[in-house]
Amino acid sequence: MALLKDNKREKVTIIFAGDSGDGIQLTGFEFSNTTALFGNDLSTFPDFPAEIRAPQGTVSGVSGFKINFGSTEIFTPGGLADVLVAMNAAALKKNLSQLKKNSLIIANEAGFDARNLKLAGHIDAADPLKEQEAHHQVIKLDVTRLTREALKDSELSMKERDRSRNMFVLGFIYWLFHRELSHTEKFIAEKFKKNPEVANANITVLKAGYSYGITTESAYERINIEPASLPKGVYRNIVGNEGLSLGLVAAAQKSGLELFYGSYPITPATDILHHLARHKNFGVKTFQAEDEIAAATSVIGASFGGDLGITASSGPGIALKAEAIGLALMLELPMVIINVQRGGPSTGLPTKTEQADLFQAMYGRNGEAPLPVLAVSSPADSFSTAYEACKIAIEHMTPVMILSDGYIANGAEPWRFPKKADLEPIKTNFAKPIEEAYMPYKRDANGVRQWAIPGVAGLEHRLGGLEKEDITGNVSYEADNHEIMVKQRAAKVDNIANFIPLLKSDIEEGDLLILGWGSTYGSIKVAIDRLRSEGVLVGQAHLRHLNPFPKNLGEVLSKFKHVLIPEMNNGQLVQLIRAKYLVDAKGLNKIKGMPFLADEIVAGAMAVIKE
Amino acid sequence: MTTYTAKDFSTDQDVRWCPGCGDYSILKQVQTVMPELGIPKEDIVFISGIGCSSRFPYYMNTYGMHSIHGRATAVATGLKSSRPELSVWIITGDGDSLSIGGNHLIHLLRRNLDVNIMLFNNEIYGLTKGQYSPTSQMGKLTKSSPMGVIDHPFNPLTLALGADATFIARTMDRDPKHLREILLRTHNHKGSSFLEIYQNCNVFNDGAFTIFTDKKSKALETVFLEHGKPIVFGEGNTKGLALDCLTPKVVDVEEYGIDNLWVHDETDLTKANLLARMFDGPLNGVQFPRPFGVFYAVNRPCYEDLMTAQIKNAKELKGEGDLDAILGGKNTWEVK
Repeated sequence: MALLKDNKREKVTIIFAGDSGDGIQLTGFEFSNTTALFGNDLSTFPDFPAEIRAPQGTVSGVSGFKINFGSTEIFTPGGLADVLVAMNAAALKKNLSQLKKNSLIIANEAGFDARNLKLAGHIDAADPLKEQEAHHQVIKLDVTRLTREALKDSELSMKERDRSRNMFVLGFIYWLFHRELSHTEKFIAEKFKKNPEVANANITVLKAGYSYGITTESAYERINIEPASLPKGVYRNIVGNEGLSLGLVAAAQKSGLELFYGSYPITPATDILHHLARHKNFGVKTFQAEDEIAAATSVIGASFGGDLGITASSGPGIALKAEAIGLALMLELPMVIINVQRGGPSTGLPTKTEQADLFQAMYGRNGEAPLPVLAVSSPADSFSTAYEACKIAIEHMTPVMILSDGYIANGAEPWRFPKKADLEPIKTNFAKPIEEAYMPYKRDANGVRQWAIPGVAGLEHRLGGLEKEDITGNVSYEADNHEIMVKQRAAKVDNIANFIPLLKSDIEEGDLLILGWGSTYGSIKVAIDRLRSEGVLVGQAHLRHLNPFPKNLGEVLSKFKHVLIPEMNNGQLVQLIRAKYLVDAKGLNKIKGMPFLADEIVAGAMAVIKE
Repeated sequence: MTTYTAKDFSTDQDVRWCPGCGDYSILKQVQTVMPELGIPKEDIVFISGIGCSSRFPYYMNTYGMHSIHGRATAVATGLKSSRPELSVWIITGDGDSLSIGGNHLIHLLRRNLDVNIMLFNNEIYGLTKGQYSPTSQMGKLTKSSPMGVIDHPFNPLTLALGADATFIARTMDRDPKHLREILLRTHNHKGSSFLEIYQNCNVFNDGAFTIFTDKKSKALETVFLEHGKPIVFGEGNTKGLALDCLTPKVVDVEEYGIDNLWVHDETDLTKANLLARMFDGPLNGVQFPRPFGVFYAVNRPCYEDLMTAQIKNAKELKGEGDLDAILGGKNTWEVK
C-alpha cells in the first residue's frame, strides 16, 4: 500500500493473530499498555477460542487480539483493521475479511510453510501471501530464524527459545509505531524474575525485533500516531473485570464492611476471583465454592453476618443462583450479583459476547422478585458501576444485579481513576439495640429495613424464605399480608429511582434517538458521529440503570420521532421499553458473539429514518 | 455473664410439628443444653434448609435463618468464614443434607469449618407427605415407591467419613440423656461436627427406629460407644465386640474376657469405619448392634482459621491495603 514515509495517522486498528499457544494475548496486552503509557486513547478486544489449546495451525485454533488506538478519542476496538499480524496461515485466513483495502500484513514466514498451509485448509499449492500482495502491503518476517539467531548464545533449549518469537514481532511493531521498549522490558523482567535466563531471552528477542526494523528501515515505512488529547487527569489502562474488582474493594473500604466474595470459576467472569484473591491485605475474603449455588448462598451467610457479600458468574451460573437470589431478596439483605454475560442459551458460546441475559436479570426468579439491575458500558465504566451497585445494595438492603459482558470483561481502555477521598460515601444501616423488641421488617421512609447482625445482644431474630409478616418478620401465610409484602418489596426497588441520576441524551430532541445499554456504548457513539456528518438529527442516550429506569426516561423518549435500540440479543430492552412507555421503539439486533460495528448501527439507523 | 435457663432459648412462635413428632424431643434437649455452653445467646446462630426439621430456627431465641433447600451448609460456610467467633448450628434432614444438599455437605466436611451439623434422620420425606428419602431402606413402600424402593440407601456416617469429617456421632430422639451428652460433645469439638439423630416421623414412617428405642429390643440392638472403654452391650452388658485382626465379631464378655474386647478409640479412622459399617445388615454373616455415641473425633485445621490466617499474613507481608495504590496500579500517565 502507499504508506507515506513516517506516515502520520489519527488512528490505527491492529489485529494480532496466531495459534492459541503463540502468546498472542500477551503480545496484544503489552502493546496496549505501552500504547496507553504513550498517551494514545485506545480500546481492545481479545477474541480467543474456548479451548485452551485448540488444534494447532487450524482456523478454529486462532487466537486474536484487536486494538484500536489513536490521537483522538476512541470508543470501540475498531471496525476493519489497518494492520494484521499473522503468525500463521490460519490467522491470515480467519482475519482477511476483517481488513481494510490496502492494509498492512505482517506475516511470520515459518507459519506459511506447507504444513501450516495444509492445516489452514489451503488445498491448492498457491501461496496466500503472494495472492495478498495484489491487495495489501505484505511484510514477511522470518521470525523463527531471526529469533533463533538472536538467541544463538542462549543456554535455553530450542523449544524454549522459539517461545519468545512473539517478542520479536512485538519489538518490530514497536519500531513500526515509534514505541519505547522500556515498559515491556520491565514487564518481562518482573514476569520471569524467578527465571532470569528466560527473561533475558525474551528481552534480547524483543530488542532484536526492534533492531530489525532499524536495520531494514529503507524497506518499511513507520507509522506515527501522536498522543491523544484526553480530558486532563491521571490515567491508567483498565480491563473490565479488573475495574469491577476494584469497584467492589473500594465499596467495602468506603462502607467500612469486609468484602466476602463467593464464586465458582466460569468464563468470562473468573478473572474477578483472580483479582480479588490478590487483595487479601484489604481483608477481602475469597471463597471458591463447590458450585454456583454454594457461591451465592455462602454470600447470603456472610451478608447475614454483616459482610459486603458479592458473587459473580455468567449466564449458566446465574441460572443456578436464581433461588438463592430470591432468598436474599426475601431476607432483604445486601448482596451484589455480577453477570459477565456470554453467548447463550445453555453452555452457548463461552468466550463470545452477548447481551441476552437482561430478561434473566429482570425476571429470572420465581414469584414477584424485582431487584435493581445496572449495566456496565465499557471497561472504564466498570469501576463506578460496581461501586454504585454496592452502594445501592447496602443503602437499600437489596440484592443488586450487575450486567457486564465478555467484550467488556476482557477489553481494555484508558481510565481516569478516582481517589478514595473523592468517592461518594456509603452509609450502612445497622440496627442498634433498643428498649423494645427488634422488628426485622420495620421500614424507614424509603421502605428499607434495618440490618441486625449476630453478636449484638437484644437483636436476636430469625429470617427465612417463607413469607414474612409485615414489621415483625414472623412467618405469615395470611392473604392480605402477602399482597402487602409483595408490593412493599417492589416499592422499595422502584423508590431507588429517586436516588439515581436522570438520563441524559446528548441532544435534547431530534428525529432519532439511539438508546442503548451495556457494551454497545462505543459502537453507538461512533455511529452517531457518522450519522451526524451525514446530516441526521440523531441523539444518543445510554442506560446504566435498567431497573428501576431513570425517572425521566419516558420524557427523553418522547422528544424524538424515532427510537432505535441496538442490542446483542434478539430484542430485550426494546420489549421493556415498548411495554412500559408504549412507544414504537425499533430493535436492531446482532447475535453473532461479536460486538456491533459502527457501520451496522449507521445502516440500521438509516433504515429506521427512511421508513 | 448472664446465666440462662432453657426457657431463655424458646421463642413466642407456636411450634408446628405434628403431635408426637420426634423433633419436639430434640428441640427440648437443645434448649436444655444451650445454657451449659456458656455462650451469650447473641453469638449463637441456627441455620436450616427446608423440611420439617428445618423449622427449628424459628423456635430458638438466638439468631437464625431458615434458608433454602439443601443450602444451610453453604449459608453456614459463608457465615462462619466471615464471623469465626460465632457458634453456628446447622439443622438439616436426610433429604435436605443427603439428597438436594449432598454436595455442600461433603464440601463443608472436607473444609472442616467449626460448625455443628444436626442431621435429623427420619428416613422419609415428611413435609411433602411421605416419599422415600436417600436413607429409606430398600424395598420400603411409600407413596412414591408403591412397589418398593430400589435406590440403595446412604449410610450417613460412612458418607461423612468418606468426606474426611473430623467428628461423627449418632444419637436418637428417644434417649434424651444421651442426646444431651452428645450435643455437648458436638459443640465441644473444634471442626465440623457431624451428628446423625434418629428421629421418628410418627405420621409417615412411624417406628423406623423402634428396634433401637423399644425397651424389649434396645439392649441387644444397640451399643453405646465410650472412648477408652471396652465395647459392651446387651442386658447387663454381657455381650461385647471384639476384633479378629480387623474383622469385628460379637462375643460373650464372660467367655471372651473383658480385657480382650475391642476398646473404643475415637481417633482410629479404620475402626471408626468398621463401626459405621455396622449398618447395612449382617457384616460377614454376623448381625451387629447399631452403634451410638461418638465414632470418630480428631483435629484438623479449620477453614475459617486458615482464611483468617491468610488475611493476617497478607497484611503483614503487604501492609494494610491502600486503596489509592491499587486504583492507580503500576503504570499511570498524566494528561495535562
